[in-house]
Amino acid sequence: MGVLEVRNLTLVLDNKKILDNLSIDFWQGHVHALCGPNGAGKSTLANTIMGLSGYTDIEGDILLDGASIRHLSVDERARRGITLAWQEPARFEGLRVADFLLAGAKNKRRSVAADALKTVGLEPDKYLNRAVDKTLSGGERKRIELASILTMQPRIVLMDEPDSGIDVEALEQIFACLRIFKSQGTTVILITHSAAVLRQAEHAFLMCNGRLIDKGSTSRIYRYFEDKCIPCAHINEPVEEETK
Amino acid sequence: MTNQDIVAELLQSIGMPVGHGLPEDVARLQVHGNKVVGTHLLPGLLADVEEQPDGIHAVIRVKNGVKIAKPIHICFGLLPERGIQHIRLEIVMEEHATASVLAHCTFPNAVEVEHKMDAVIQIQPHAVYSYLERHVHGDKGGVLVIPKAKISVEEGAHFKTEFELIKGSAGKISFDYEATCKEKSILEMIARISGKGEDTIQIRETGLLQGAHARAILKTSIAVRDHARADVYNALTAAGPYSRGHVDCKEIVQGAAVARATPIVEVNHPTAHVTHEAAIGSVDSKQLETLMSRGLSEEDAVELIIRGMLS
Ligand SMILES: Nc1ncnc2c1ncn2[C@@H]1O[C@H](COP(=O)(O)OP(=O)(O)OP(=O)(O)O)[C@@H](O)[C@H]1O
Ligand SMILES: [Mg+2]
Repeated sequence: MGVLEVRNLTLVLDNKKILDNLSIDFWQGHVHALCGPNGAGKSTLANTIMGLSGYTDIEGDILLDGASIRHLSVDERARRGITLAWQEPARFEGLRVADFLLAGAKNKRRSVAADALKTVGLEPDKYLNRAVDKTLSGGERKRIELASILTMQPRIVLMDEPDSGIDVEALEQIFACLRIFKSQGTTVILITHSAAVLRQAEHAFLMCNGRLIDKGSTSRIYRYFEDKCIPCAHINEPVEEETK
Repeated sequence: MTNQDIVAELLQSIGMPVGHGLPEDVARLQVHGNKVVGTHLLPGLLADVEEQPDGIHAVIRVKNGVKIAKPIHICFGLLPERGIQHIRLEIVMEEHATASVLAHCTFPNAVEVEHKMDAVIQIQPHAVYSYLERHVHGDKGGVLVIPKAKISVEEGAHFKTEFELIKGSAGKISFDYEATCKEKSILEMIARISGKGEDTIQIRETGLLQGAHARAILKTSIAVRDHARADVYNALTAAGPYSRGHVDCKEIVQGAAVARATPIVEVNHPTAHVTHEAAIGSVDSKQLETLMSRGLSEEDAVELIIRGMLS
């Protein structure tokens, strides 16, 4: 049994089935990659698991340790250990990096925030007193997002394209975060378009058009990258049956 | 009470350490009601203060070319529950002078207090002056604050004013600042206010960029909750060639509070440029859900977002 189970999940937005009868098990302490073309529904799945507004009117269920969390609010889910590193993180006027990093931290010491920044390759002295606002570059903001997840020490983290918009060096820092999560027993769900990031995972899932198309070892799913990531005939017309 | 006792109590209300005074190189002016209870001046800094029945009349002048290194501490306050304090203030920054002021206005026990300020501020060519006015009110909401200022920022001068009221109950505020800016001058007008209960906040800021290459920013950040009301009127006119301006108004509204913003921008020279940005409404849902996804309750998340915006 997985720590987090998505059961026959369907989400309709704007009369479109964005998630279509999707079932996936995520295993305790493992790193899972979630791949698929643009518009496949990867972020939608992450947002639905997190319970964000606009993503709660679902069919099917989401189970944490076997119990439904579908009626829980975002913060209740977070307090049960689930969190999300956003694909495009929010900006906050006037909110200091230090305060942002410690907002959800178990241990509120400033050194915890500083260590998290170092892990993602940002110099604490330069960043702790800056604001999490528009003056941060896209890559800096993404790194700070990861740092804030580190301080939280979640049980389950949904990482939505942590590798988009960052430089090659930062890739190494994402791997460092993954090692920390691994050592803490954190379950990771990693959304990515990068073969290098995919290789860090232990299992991979391939989505297309709101459905699960394939799952298995990362090397197996990696082949879809080589084949331009499309196992079905073409986007928007997914295969009828799931490959087991 | 002796003057020293009054000063001690005023300072305590604004969270400043009592007992040890300010260093010798820090100038200060402390006024309780209509009485000057403490002054300390420095060379080149003149203050002519006259006590009046309902307040004071003060002329503060920084002489030509004088640079006051440390912020001048000003404290206006009233300790009793009721009373009036009317401050008539003339500030003259002579050419090439530099000074900054940290002013506290404290009414910790106010039930029915009126604090009026009528200021005429002249920043002569190439002078630099910044003024931060921080209000500390009690929780009873019994303060009526009416600050009015007419400001002239002359050639190459820089004037920055910040008005901050985020602790205690705002009460009723009617704020009206008007500035005229000459060639190559810089104007910054910033207000940060938090209102709750039955507070009413009225902000009126007007800037006229008269001179070539003059620049201005008018920035207002307000959070209102409960039944508080905020009404912000920002007007910026760019008439000087290559003058630049920006008006920014953010208001976060919660509960049964009401907020309104009227930005007026006017450009009457083809090379001038003014932008404006106004955002009024509840807390941004992405910001809110980001913090909630880190485990903060909705209430705590809102608090943190507002604290950031008003910082
Ligand atoms: N609120 C919405 N209303 C209508 N359609 C939506 C909404 N949100 C997402 N969609 C659509 O759902 C589909 C899946 O979007 P999603 O963001 O989950 O894709 P993704 O797999 O994360 O893609 P990418 O790789 O580009 O990030 C897209 O076609 C998108 O346009
Ligand atoms: Mg996405």
